[in-house]
Amino acid sequence: MDAQDTFDLTTGRGLMACPRCDAMHVEAELNSGETLRCIRCGGVLAKPRGGAFSQLIALAFTSMVLMMGAIFFPFLEISRMGIGNATSLFGVAMAFADGVLLPLVLAVMAMIVGLPVLRSFLLVYTLTPLAQGRAPYRHAATAFRWSEELRPWSMAEIFVIGTAVALVKVAGLATVHLGPAFWAFCALILVNLASRGFMCQTTIWDAIEDGSLPTDGREMAGGVARGE
Amino acid sequence: MGARWPAGSRAVSDDAPGAPVLTAHRAGLVGCRSCGRVWPDGQETCNRCGADLVPPDRRGLQKVWAWWFAGLIMYVPANLFPMMRTQTFAGLQGNTEATILQGVVELIHYGNYDIAIIVFVASIIVPIAKFLSIAWLAVVAGQPATVDQAHTRLKIYEVVEFIGRWSMIDVFVVAILSALVQLGFVASIHPGPAAVSFALSVAFTMLSAQSFDPRLIWRGLPLRSRTDDKGQE
Repeated sequence: MDAQDTFDLTTGRGLMACPRCDAMHVEAELNSGETLRCIRCGGVLAKPRGGAFSQLIALAFTSMVLMMGAIFFPFLEISRMGIGNATSLFGVAMAFADGVLLPLVLAVMAMIVGLPVLRSFLLVYTLTPLAQGRAPYRHAATAFRWSEELRPWSMAEIFVIGTAVALVKVAGLATVHLGPAFWAFCALILVNLASRGFMCQTTIWDAIEDGSLPTDGREMAGGVARGE
Repeated sequence: MGARWPAGSRAVSDDAPGAPVLTAHRAGLVGCRSCGRVWPDGQETCNRCGADLVPPDRRGLQKVWAWWFAGLIMYVPANLFPMMRTQTFAGLQGNTEATILQGVVELIHYGNYDIAIIVFVASIIVPIAKFLSIAWLAVVAGQPATVDQAHTRLKIYEVVEFIGRWSMIDVFVVAILSALVQLGFVASIHPGPAAVSFALSVAFTMLSAQSFDPRLIWRGLPLRSRTDDKGQE
């Protein structure tokens, strides 16, 4: 068999299992722009994009800058009968700060600010050396795994929809003005969407494993389920 | 092999149609759910990404059920206690407490039907549908199924995983309103105890969905059932 030396059924070298259905695939090289789907469940296994690492780093930096703006500029302002109140994101989280609701402050803060920033940081840490074709930093694998595990818990886009609902609810009570932080948050969502389009976990894992090999835009995993 | 597969390719040149799919489990290996790397059975952590390696096993469902019940328990006070307390004119004009359902009714009352639908779907339909879907998936996991059924189950799992976080909308709404509407004498809004239990309920069901191993969906499949499944021998 021509592929005899490219994978090993006893150690698992050169093989990849679909995380959704466990079907095994032989690793193969993909061209930029190709999408590899699992032969069994049809889930995307890899979709390498040329220059994706640099794009992801740029987008991660963009989202950090926007998040800084989103934290410190006023988020929403309301006024009624001459009494006004402006709130920043910290103000939103601090709404729960009295008594038993304190843990919720930390959770809300983490979900809308902490985790997005942390994920951007972890991504930059993982990808910077890889984009330059150098060996990854220490613990890059752990950093990237955490970044992926925290993905469902960073909820910036949900927060923006929540803002829309809150605006409608408060509209009858007082006049509302949107602050710069609100628009920063909207931009943040677009940045996250763009980042998701470039993200291919398999490519990044392979790049981390291969160390200094320049694999940007290329893909080492792919292939087919096989019998013995 | 070394071939380059074209985009979206399923078929591979040298394989006979109808051949069984070889899974990592069947080959005596274990696949990493975090990065996809395959390791010999019995290894406990993935050497590439450091994640714990778990074979597809029904024992993992205990964790799903544990988080599921925790979420269900927190969902009860989330619906019984008020989500927020609105005070207008220092309580002279009104001092209302609204549960999730009352909040929706209030929105309908003021004619905000679109927003009422968003809140109703995000805080009532989605959580209930999620409880039912996860329970159903956990019950049928590992039972024999056809390929079509397996695809349906996987689709449901993906929808549950995707949509679960969106229930947090109501918690954020309460947070924004209570931070914003602090106009002293004129009007003020304070969060109620249901905000915490609802947030916990959403978090627990998210953990429950994450604990579910989608590979179990495929465990009960007959091996030769799909013509475009490719493999060898």
